[in-house]
Amino acid sequence: MSKRVALSGNEAAAHAIRQINPDVIAAFPITPSTPIPMNVSQFIADGKMTTEFVTVESEHSAISACVGASASGGRVMTATSANGLALMFEILYIASGMRLPIVAPVVARALSGPLNIHGDFSDVYGVRESGWVELFCQDSQEFYDTIIQGVRIAETESVLTPVMPIADGFDISHTVENWYMEDDEAVKEFIGEYHPKFSLLDTKHPVTFGAWAPPDWYYENRRNQLEGLLSAYEATKKIDQEFGEKFGRSYGVIEKYRSDDAELIVVGMGAVSGTIKDAVDQMRENGVSAGFVRVKLFRPFPYKDVIDALKGAKAIGVFDRCISAGAQTAALCTDVRSAMYGNSTVPIINYTYGLGGRDTTVEHVKEVIEQLKDAAEGKTVSPVNYINLRA
Amino acid sequence: MAKKLSFLNKLALNKESLEGGHRLCPGCGHSIIIRMVLNTALQEGYQPVMSNATGCLEVCTGLYPYSSWNIPWIHNAFENAAATISGAEAMYRSLSRRGKLDNDKIVFIAFGSDGGTYDIGLQALSGAAERGHRFLYVCDDNEAYQNTGNQRSSATPYGTRTTTSAVGAIDPIGKKQKRKEIVEIMGAHGIYAAQASPSHWMDLIKKVKKGLKQNGPAYLNVIQPCTTGWGYDPKDTINYAKLAVETCIWPLYEIENRRSKVNVKPKNKLPVEAYLKGQKRYAHLFTPQGKETLERIQKLTDERWEFLLEREKAGF
Amino acid sequence: MSGKNDFIIPGCDKNGNLLGWRSIEIGGMVTEAGNSRTYETGSWRNEQPVWNADTCIDCMMCWLGCPDTAIITKEGHMAGIDYFKCKGCGICVEQCPTDPKSLTMLPEEEAKDLSLEEKIKTAFNKE
Repeated sequence: MSKRVALSGNEAAAHAIRQINPDVIAAFPITPSTPIPMNVSQFIADGKMTTEFVTVESEHSAISACVGASASGGRVMTATSANGLALMFEILYIASGMRLPIVAPVVARALSGPLNIHGDFSDVYGVRESGWVELFCQDSQEFYDTIIQGVRIAETESVLTPVMPIADGFDISHTVENWYMEDDEAVKEFIGEYHPKFSLLDTKHPVTFGAWAPPDWYYENRRNQLEGLLSAYEATKKIDQEFGEKFGRSYGVIEKYRSDDAELIVVGMGAVSGTIKDAVDQMRENGVSAGFVRVKLFRPFPYKDVIDALKGAKAIGVFDRCISAGAQTAALCTDVRSAMYGNSTVPIINYTYGLGGRDTTVEHVKEVIEQLKDAAEGKTVSPVNYINLRA
Repeated sequence: MAKKLSFLNKLALNKESLEGGHRLCPGCGHSIIIRMVLNTALQEGYQPVMSNATGCLEVCTGLYPYSSWNIPWIHNAFENAAATISGAEAMYRSLSRRGKLDNDKIVFIAFGSDGGTYDIGLQALSGAAERGHRFLYVCDDNEAYQNTGNQRSSATPYGTRTTTSAVGAIDPIGKKQKRKEIVEIMGAHGIYAAQASPSHWMDLIKKVKKGLKQNGPAYLNVIQPCTTGWGYDPKDTINYAKLAVETCIWPLYEIENRRSKVNVKPKNKLPVEAYLKGQKRYAHLFTPQGKETLERIQKLTDERWEFLLEREKAGF
Repeated sequence: MSGKNDFIIPGCDKNGNLLGWRSIEIGGMVTEAGNSRTYETGSWRNEQPVWNADTCIDCMMCWLGCPDTAIITKEGHMAGIDYFKCKGCGICVEQCPTDPKSLTMLPEEEAKDLSLEEKIKTAFNKE
């Protein structure tokens, strides 16, 4: 039986990790994800999990040790944020290139400078081309569920690609919410056993991990790797559905909220989703045909689902918790525009919000929807807008 | 009739862990040393699992779709051979503890050159050593970043010409700083740390055995003459390693339980010229402008050697 | 030994064509241990070592010092040179402790058309 608990997003992640009980964790503290390794250490000390916890001296070594551990044939996890993820950057590509099914919950945070420890997608956007599966969660429940699902997605034979479940720093990580924790046994049963394709510890069948590929081989290897990442689309759908059948909660690769008949659709990811949904409800009460499409699976990007969900819209507003410096629009908006190319000619407007923990309220989102109304009516609206930024 | 087997005959019974057909330069010291290390491990009945930092050895032995390795081998990046092996070792402990693996013969060996060890990989190495993973770290010290074309490292000795410590019209010296004493740093972790040379192979093999027996980390620093970067005839690789020991430029010593021991004390300590001359990287020392630098190298060498002897005598 | 056509060339299909992205193993893995043994480095050589078994004391110093596993061993004993692998560095000759040496270098140009027996004769000036 599941039980209802009131715990923070970091605790939700820590409990998911406890229940997964991976063979090895290598992690380094960084705000706001620090409570994850702290809780793991306590769980181990209390005999509640039996993972080998490698208390590395940096995030670079955290992910490096994860690569060594995962190549050695077991289940491996880490967790990090912001500058920690940035320090891992080099090795993220190596982990996905070696097709190692590491699961690394990331509590998303702003990148310096100036130093800021709060929620922001600069870190996870920055690594979106590293070949990892990126799954954005809207609350603690989903963070918990996605970490558990992530193990299955990463280890799916056609995928064998590392997975990054993502939650906004503080907004989710440090907010206490009510959520359902499943039975340890039920989680164990759901994730099953991991059977590695290759292992460094299989000394009878020695293999070489990490050969360097010259120009006549690198390209083929990269294209081969892409196939694994793309396979995560179907795997995510299937595993999420199985999860739903077992635990009663599923999310899909996108979530459509009152968007089927909506003319004005907001697109976003992560913790801001609750705020957007409230705004949509209030606008609907005022007779405005508003809707929301939440992208859960950001990499690989679910183009087909996004096109289907947005093709009836008269104006689209895309929320990005990051500046993609120098680009016409930020990353999610660019992806949405790319998806809609040839499928729609309506205005697709970018809204930057929440940088470095800046508040985004229901009122702000309602203003956006009003602006989308103007855009749908043919009025000129700036293609890129900054919510709650002092001029 | 079967001939009696000597120690080396027995060593040669092992299946080579490192196959030929690799692309290392003719006369490269890397493969000589790593063959000594791995054959010793096999001789002792171990099954080595190896992590290799980016560098000459790595690029020349793992050139897709080829591999020269007959043992499980992983290359992750330049600075993280020690972190990578610590993950592998942690997985070994976890799977063994959980009853998913039963093999007490596995030993972990991480391998880097001076660039990946003294410099960019020092943090990861120190971290792994402090955490106490059971692994032998072998540094093939060729005294510069040879894979990128002989740039200076913190292992490059004073007075050495490299491509980033150039010698020219107004600079007769080359590198102006002394080398970092990495064995001291690793010994300060309270682990077994030793310096060896492929010329003194019995000493090297003894140190490998000792390192692999540790119930924790061990560090082995091995001089690796580099025919290309140092500029000498490929046939002389082991000869230069030997001269480095005989001039006391490369003292063979070890630190165990924080106490040091000088393992080889040359009966006839040769002047440093015996080692330096013939190497293109030191050609500038044998000009009128290089005289002072040459003298200083002798002085630094003597001071270091005397210090090691004194320390040993003092019992720490 | 030529080493050619005795095996499937790594990364190639049976006809010797390079594999495409759909056919290669995932993760850039090389699953055939030590397959570089099929790659000829003997062609790099300008000089080659020639072994005189008559004076050899089987000390294995050449084997120990060889960077290329080009010393052939038979049950632990010195048994010759693997010219498919040998890059001709000459370390084995330097390492050889016998007097006269049991290994000596012969220029590749001189050696290329000779049988092993003729090479030994030429290299060691035997009658």
